[in-house]
This record gives sequence, structure tokens and C-alpha cells, in this order.
Amino acid sequence: MTLGDLRPGEKARVLKIGTQGMLRQRILDMGITPSVEVKLVKVAPLGDPLELTLRGYQLSLRKSDAALIEVERD
Amino acid sequence: MPITIALAGNPNSGKTTVFNALTGSRQHVGNWPGVTVDKKEGQYRKDKNLTILDLPGTYSLSPYSAEEIITRTYIVEEKSACIIDVLDGTSLERNLYLALQIMETQVPTVLAVNMMDEVAARGDVIDFARLEAELGVAVVPIEARNNKGLDVLMEAVYRTIEQKRKPKHLEIYSLAGKVDEDTLADRRYAYIQSLMETCVKKTGVQGVRSESVSDKLDKVLTHRFFALPVFALVMYMLFAMTFSENFLFIPGLPSPGIALAALVETVWGGLTDVVSVFLENAGASDWAYSLVVDGVLEGIGAIFGFLPLILVLYLLMSFLEDSGYMARVAFVMDRIFRRFGLSGRSFIPLLMGFGCSVPAIMATRTLDSEKDRRITTLLCGFMPCGAKLPIFIMFVSVFFAEGNKTLVLFFLYALSLSVSIVVSLIINRIAYRGQVSNFLMELPQYRLPKLRSVWIHGYEKVKGFVQKAGTVILAATILIWVLSNFNVQSFTGQNRLERGTVLSEMDNSFLASVGKTVAPVFKPTGFGAWRPTVGIATGWIAKEMVVVTLAQLYSEDVSEAYLEQYFASMDADALAELGFSDGIYSPDEAFDIYTEAVLMEGGDEHALSTIHADIPTKQAALAYMAFNLLCMPCFAAVGAMKRELKSWRRTASAVGIQMATAYIVALLINLIGSLF
Repeated sequence: MTLGDLRPGEKARVLKIGTQGMLRQRILDMGITPSVEVKLVKVAPLGDPLELTLRGYQLSLRKSDAALIEVERD
Repeated sequence: MPITIALAGNPNSGKTTVFNALTGSRQHVGNWPGVTVDKKEGQYRKDKNLTILDLPGTYSLSPYSAEEIITRTYIVEEKSACIIDVLDGTSLERNLYLALQIMETQVPTVLAVNMMDEVAARGDVIDFARLEAELGVAVVPIEARNNKGLDVLMEAVYRTIEQKRKPKHLEIYSLAGKVDEDTLADRRYAYIQSLMETCVKKTGVQGVRSESVSDKLDKVLTHRFFALPVFALVMYMLFAMTFSENFLFIPGLPSPGIALAALVETVWGGLTDVVSVFLENAGASDWAYSLVVDGVLEGIGAIFGFLPLILVLYLLMSFLEDSGYMARVAFVMDRIFRRFGLSGRSFIPLLMGFGCSVPAIMATRTLDSEKDRRITTLLCGFMPCGAKLPIFIMFVSVFFAEGNKTLVLFFLYALSLSVSIVVSLIINRIAYRGQVSNFLMELPQYRLPKLRSVWIHGYEKVKGFVQKAGTVILAATILIWVLSNFNVQSFTGQNRLERGTVLSEMDNSFLASVGKTVAPVFKPTGFGAWRPTVGIATGWIAKEMVVVTLAQLYSEDVSEAYLEQYFASMDADALAELGFSDGIYSPDEAFDIYTEAVLMEGGDEHALSTIHADIPTKQAALAYMAFNLLCMPCFAAVGAMKRELKSWRRTASAVGIQMATAYIVALLINLIGSLF
């Protein structure tokens, strides 16, 4: 399953990051690396983007990018 | 011996607060060559020999964005005496990622862990000695907002410089280049995690953040139903504080923005009076008098006139930005904006453009991609700013019947949004194919910004604008003054013979000649006459000038006889309200009052009757309004554009796109409108 499949409030552990290029480097730099634990806080009022908690801070991420990140529910 | 040190750190880490605290007002903003990123330098308040460079905020040194490249290049190549990395103590884990990359370069570094008051409030305890031992660099706790720890920080910096103390060479630094990026990032964070485990003690259940004030606020501010209404309310209050003339619904009470603007106008008006009297008494020639009073003072007065509005709007926006709220707004709006190749962050500058383009363009600096900054800056010019409104109001009242007025205004607002969307899509497709606007954005903790920081920030920005754009605006205003007051006969002496003055009437000035030459270009758009053309040009001084200029050019329609007859039916109260002193009609005041209080407010449906000969149809009138809406914005805004885009070449191409768009849209409106 991917990050995009989580429901608000759910936690998961990242397995693989499937995005490419600059976005992928950014995602890694922001701390979404294999084995990190993330929690989906909420979805924006218009349906996109997502708000995650990881490594002690809040990050917003577009659904289309979240769909490329494989996770495993906790 | 002069030393330079540099400040690095994540965005929202308080780096700028540290910079301001260390340099006071001894700052200077310049350019990093080739990019639209500000380069801030300042002198340490307590040591003139120490220069501090504020590097752009970045999350890493990966060479992908302009900010990262600048920071990385500077750190690696400039071999600065010391780098201060400012870290947000409340998200230490992520902040240490950049720190590791900086220390990897082996440049002498000091880590400043900021926001210690918030760390303490959470109950976290950081073992600074242990961190220092592990990393081999000085690690200092600070609270930049409250000016705490900065002296200790600087002592550590001086010590580090003296000892040329390099960071410990950790094992993890040898990995770079030997493994792929995923593994590298992963290992770095793994190391950071182990560091966090030994050096940071978190209270509360291990790994779980308890609900903070920020989380509680976000429950409402990004709530599915409440987010947008709350945002609308906040923006309404923002605009009210800047532009409202009936502040807090108290009739006649001016808002801070308007009050300041009125103050500036009064002062400047007084100054102008003093200077004009002086010139008269000194026997200055008429053209010199006009140059100084109507050209220079009027030009500078125009800038000073809306400077308070720009300042207030920009300060309020900075306050909201620094509080962390604007990140939430971008978060909520992103869904809409990504459709046209931008991100939610572009919403704020464009919204500000509804008030005034100048602070809107200044606000594009918060966008984190070069592409977004450039496109949004260009789009700001399409927004129906406050100065464009009088044009619409006047034309709507003169050309459109009662029932259609609101519809036409609505059409114009919708037009500006649709054109912006289309142009954004086209530019993205052509110039930035394949480049996606990212929306990977930190939602920082809500913080109450220090008023002093907001003030320094806003003041510096506006000051920079006045200095750099001011000369452009003044030069352009004087140029238009010269063109509208002189003609060939000024130089052959004929004017002096015939009219007693070297100046010409605007009707036969150079500007009019240029207008007559250019006018045929506008035949297809329906307003191919010289007077509307000249109107467009003077609109570049300030968009409201279009109405004033048209009133001057159609002067037979605004003759003394006409004005007298127009005001004849009004009683003393009505006259006083319009601005006549003591409520008595006076021919001297009549023209200005008619232009400002009547024409610009759409108060006379029969105004400027001759204009119907030059702009014969409704669709031509609509096309003219559309052209003024979309064409190059006023010189002040162009000056702001140049300041943000950093080069004349880029500014010229942006202006070129705006002019082309304006012409094409006006053409389409005129053509399609004639089908009905």
C-alpha cells in the first residue's frame, strides 16, 4: 500500500520511495526515508494535499506524490 | 582584519531573527548573480570587522534549487571563517540533516539551537555537552526572539575562528559518493536518530508528539468547513486595515493605511505649496516651475502617496507569514493552483494584487521555486488593483446601462483570473516543460512574530523598493511630463509667441503626436484614436491617471460651462461633501473635484460625450478596459518587478508578455463582441 492509501490518524512505516529526480531527493532530504515512521494527520479541505507528521514536524505532500511512496501500516 | 561568517539553517528556524539581532539595522540586501534570491549582508553590531552573510534558508545542500546551490557553493568554495547553523530546537531531527551536510564540508561550524523556550515548554531536555562531544563543534542554546544566548554564541564563534576548529570527521561523511542517494539519506537520518536518542530526552510517550497549541489551532484553521471562511475573514481584515475608509464600520474613521496615506499627502501637499510659492517669488520660468511642481514633485508625490499603503499591507502580510498561518493558506489552496502549473503559495501574492501590485510582487519572494516566482510576478500585473477600479467605474457608467454595470465589473474580474490561468498554463508548457511545481512544504509551528522583526523586515523591503524603483518611477514620470507639455513649437519659439509660454497644450504635445502615430494599432481593438491611446500611456504613471488624462484631453466636454451646469442643481451640503470649500461652487476647484469625486466614482453618465466618437461601441469600451487591466502595470509595479526578477531583460520579457496578452484579449473582445 502507499502513503496515499492511509486514512487520517493512521500511522505507517515507509518501505520504498518510488518518485524520481529532484522530487525524490527532496523527499529524502525532508526525512521520508525507508523505515521512517509517519502519521497521516489530515487531508486538506479541498481534498489535496496531505498533512503528515514525521521526525517531530509537520509536512504537506501532494496525493500524487504520496501515491508513489510504499508504506506498511503499523 | 575583516572576517566574514555566514548564517545557514532551515526556513522557519529563526535564522533571520538571529541575523537581525546580530546586525541591527546595519544590513544591506543585494543579489546573488543570475537568480531571483536576495543576498543579505550585514555588520555585527559589536564588531565592525565582522561581516555576516545570511544564506538562503534550505533543508539540505543537494544541488537542485537556487537556494541550495547558492548555499552549497558558498560554503564549499568561499572557505568562510565560520558557519553558524541555526537549528529549530523543536524539530531537531530534521534540522540536524542540514547540519550534518554542512559539517561534512569540514568548514569551521557552530550549531545554534534556537527556540529553546519552546523546547523547555515541551519538557524536552537537550544534552549540549554530549552533542558537542559527538560532533566536534560548539553547540549553543539560543532564544533569538528574546535575544538570549547570542553573546555566548558569538563567543563560541570567535573561539572557533581562532582555533580554526574543524568539525570532527564522522564515519558517515565518508559515505558520500560511495552509496546511492536513498541509502545516504537513510544512513544520515539513522545517525541522527541515534544522536537524538543519546542527547535528547523527550518527555511524554517516546516518539509521540503530544498535542501542541499549533495542533489545536490547526484543527480549526485547516478544518474541512472552517478553513476557507476563516481565511476569507482574515484577508478581509487585512484589506480593511489597509484600505478601509470606514474602519471597524465606524463611518469616516480611516484605517491605519489610509490614515498614514492621508498624513503623507498632507505633508507632501504642504511641501509642494511651499516650493511653488518659492518658485513664483523667485521668478522661475514657467517651464521650470511646471517641471518642478507638475513633474518632479507630482511624480515623487505619487510614489509617497501610496507608500504607506504598500508598507501597511506588506507588514500585515509579513506578520501573517512569520506566524506560520500563510503556510496553511497555501496548504488549503494548493489543489486549485496546481491545475495551472503553480502551487498554493502563489495564492497570497495574487490576492494581494487585488489591492496593489507593488507589495504583491514583493511577496513573491516567499515562493520557493524560481519558476513560480517569475510566473507569479508576471501574473500580479493582471490583477485588478485598486487603481484600475476608477477606470472601470467611469467607463461602466458612461457606456453601459444600469442593469449591466455589475455584470461588466464581474466580467472584468473573471477575465483577469481566466487570463492569468491561461497565461500560466502556456508559460509552463512552453518555458518549463517537464518541471513540476513541488508542494513539499513544512507546516511550521504557529508563532507570535516579534513586532520588531516584522518591522525591520517590512521597512527594509520598502526602503529597498523606494531606492531602486524610485529612480525608475521618477525618470519615467518626468519623461511623460516632458512629452505631454512640449512640442516642436516649444523649441522654435512659436509657443512663446502665440501663448506666452514655452509649454504646449497636451492636445498638441509630443505625447499627442506619438499617440496619433500609434493609435492606428488599436483600430482592430476598437479604440484606434489618439486620446484613448495617450490615456493608456499616462496610466503607466498610476492607473487612475487614465481617467484624469481623458478628462484633460476631452476638455471641451469638461468646460467651465459644463461643470457649472453639472453642479448647479446641488445644495451646499452636497457640494461640501464633494469637496468644495464651504459648500460653495468655485470654478478653480471644479475640474479636480469633477475628475476625482465624480468621474472616478461613475457619478456622471453623460460624462465626456466626445469619447463616444473615439470609442464607438460597447465592445470597444470593454476592450479598452480589458487592455488597461492587462497591459504593463504602473511604473512602480514595473520597478518592483525588476527588483524581484533581478534583471532588466527578464522584466522586459515579462512586460512584453503582458502587453501582448492585453492586445490579444482586447482584440478578441472587440471581434467577438461585434458578433452580438
